[in-house]
Amino acid sequence: MADRHSRSADVSTGGPGVTSSHARPAGATASTGVLDGQPGGNAPVPPDFRINGGGLGGGGSLPRRKGFGAESMFRGLTLAAGTMVLVIIVAITVFLIAKAVPALRADDANFLTETDWFANDSPPRFGIAALAFGTVVSAVIALVVAVPIALGIALYLSHYAHQRIATTLGFLIDLLAAVPSVVFGLWGVIVFVEPVRDFSVWLNKYFSWIPLFGGDGPFGRSLMLGGLVLAIMVLPIITSLSREVFMQTPTANEEAALALGSTKWEMIRTAVLPYGRPGVIASVMLGLGRALGETIALAMTLGFINEISPNIIKNGGNTIAANIANGFGEAGEIGRGALIASGLVLFTITLVVNMIARAIIYRRREFTESAA
Amino acid sequence: MTATTLPAPGQSPKLHTKKLPSVAFLGVAVVALGLSAAICYGTGIGGWVLTLVVGLVLYLVGIFVAVNAVEGRRSARNRTWSALIHSAFVLAILPLASVVWTLVSNGLDRLDGDFFLTSMNNIGARDPNGGAYHAIIGTLEQVGIAALITIPLGVLGAIYIVEYGRGRFTFVIRFFVDVMTGIPSIVAGLFVLAFWVLIVSPWFNDGAPVFSGFAAALALSVLMLPTIVRSTEEMLRLVPAPLREGSYALGVPKWKTIMKIVIPTALPGIVTGIMLSIARAAGETAPVLLVAGGSAAINFNPFSAQQGSLSLFVFQQAGDASRFAPARAWTAALTLVALVLILTIAAKLLARRNRIPR
Repeated sequence: MADRHSRSADVSTGGPGVTSSHARPAGATASTGVLDGQPGGNAPVPPDFRINGGGLGGGGSLPRRKGFGAESMFRGLTLAAGTMVLVIIVAITVFLIAKAVPALRADDANFLTETDWFANDSPPRFGIAALAFGTVVSAVIALVVAVPIALGIALYLSHYAHQRIATTLGFLIDLLAAVPSVVFGLWGVIVFVEPVRDFSVWLNKYFSWIPLFGGDGPFGRSLMLGGLVLAIMVLPIITSLSREVFMQTPTANEEAALALGSTKWEMIRTAVLPYGRPGVIASVMLGLGRALGETIALAMTLGFINEISPNIIKNGGNTIAANIANGFGEAGEIGRGALIASGLVLFTITLVVNMIARAIIYRRREFTESAA
Repeated sequence: MTATTLPAPGQSPKLHTKKLPSVAFLGVAVVALGLSAAICYGTGIGGWVLTLVVGLVLYLVGIFVAVNAVEGRRSARNRTWSALIHSAFVLAILPLASVVWTLVSNGLDRLDGDFFLTSMNNIGARDPNGGAYHAIIGTLEQVGIAALITIPLGVLGAIYIVEYGRGRFTFVIRFFVDVMTGIPSIVAGLFVLAFWVLIVSPWFNDGAPVFSGFAAALALSVLMLPTIVRSTEEMLRLVPAPLREGSYALGVPKWKTIMKIVIPTALPGIVTGIMLSIARAAGETAPVLLVAGGSAAINFNPFSAQQGSLSLFVFQQAGDASRFAPARAWTAALTLVALVLILTIAAKLLARRNRIPR
């Protein structure tokens, strides 16, 4: 918000310049050109001064050269380590593309619209349409179930629960985020599948007129099971981030709402929720990224039928990541390339989702800092 | 509960309009449950689960109507939302309690010496024994190597961001460190598969790709790097500036200040972040599945042949047709969770004890 404010200030100061024809902007560029050109001798001075000031305490008599060697070496080392992150992200893209292109060339079908995955046949036919569909549907189920519950818990922890209870429960929820996904997968496929199957049969009995719950079995290892397991896994992520955001609500805002006579819920609706909205959106996006990329839990719970069908309770469903984990064992040369190509798609999607989430958080951070 | 949620401090009864007595809520609950039981069992559309769900809905409607009649609409809305928030909390506790309960009760079956001292070598479908020794070794070696690679890299990267980096380039690095925390583990596995296993490792092995524990360690370090950079960065930012300035004033060069003053001050926090990222890496399955291959036999050498890991062991045993496999899977899962949680809890306690005062 602070960002937007300053931007609008720029616009208003720039306005007169624009209205008084093009002479002004042209003159501005010319003057900067003069500035750049004339004190060219002065230009190196500030950096030089900066290096001296930054490297050493300043006195001219200090042994500058000797310190400079170790200093620049250390600086270079840290720079290399810092750049490593960018190198890895670029390398992921480059190597995945390098391995995916030969397989995509060999593909007999359209990679984006084909639903089957017969990458090891000759000629290979594979496409990610059904996989992408399953990925999106399972993530949507997970978010639809998890977001309201997670927000409820976050509000409970930040505004309803007793301080000590809230701290303990917050700690427990952080621990939950650390439980490996393979454990949730094992629990899902052995324990959770039973109630979900009963629920699916029940849904099918009374609501089979809705396409989502139609079909005639077998039920259980369905997109719904996968989606619900995912919901349990993304719950801690969304909860802990939105709880933090809710707790940052300025006390003044809350007290002002209460002083105006609002009930607790009205206080939450008018003070806490508007303040926390960007943070909540970001936490949901992070949860979405996790749900889209989750591999092992879905590889263990889904029924593996590649088809695009609106039915979410029938055995079946497959996602990009689960397909990689389960199809990797019997994949040949082309098969591996095909799986890597699907991984490239997944990487791109999650990268975009995460970048949006982080951008929201960054903007929010500026806002909170200026507010504080 | 209901009394404290009322914002108005009104002690004098005159300021307050009528209040619904708390017995009324109990009454509404009982009526709602009874009604829903009558509906569900009477028409035969569901069992006790549906009874509870319908009962909850009826309870919410009931308190809204009751409070609306006595205390007014705003208060009714307040009470209903409060009940909803509390029930969301209970709803979330149920599956989590179920996970913990089944994990412990099923995991205790095979929690014996045999499990920790034998491998799955020559264990057929009809053998009830067999263990996870090879998998535990794999996990420890892979995570250890990954930590050796990542810790220096991550800490140095964080030092660059905090101490040296200025301007747009540093912002880009920070942004992508954050973005990188969200990379799916399977993508990290595919990257190491494409880069190390299929392209680099054939050079050392006469053209044949090598699936190894080291490749798994590389994939894990891709996953660990952003978390370590992020947590270290936050800890370095907490180091008070006067400490650095005092050191500069004594004529100590910047790199020495960082190594001797900044890092030791922030060390407990840095260690906490490292332990958390190690715990997270120990639970990863997908990259190990792709690049280490998994093996039933004990393999101490992370560089040569295929290697298993604890999480991969759970995955493989869960998919195994043997009727003894699920018990092994549960025990391995319990071991894995114990390992991860011990690391996590220790890290959090360490962080709490050695918090730098702001």
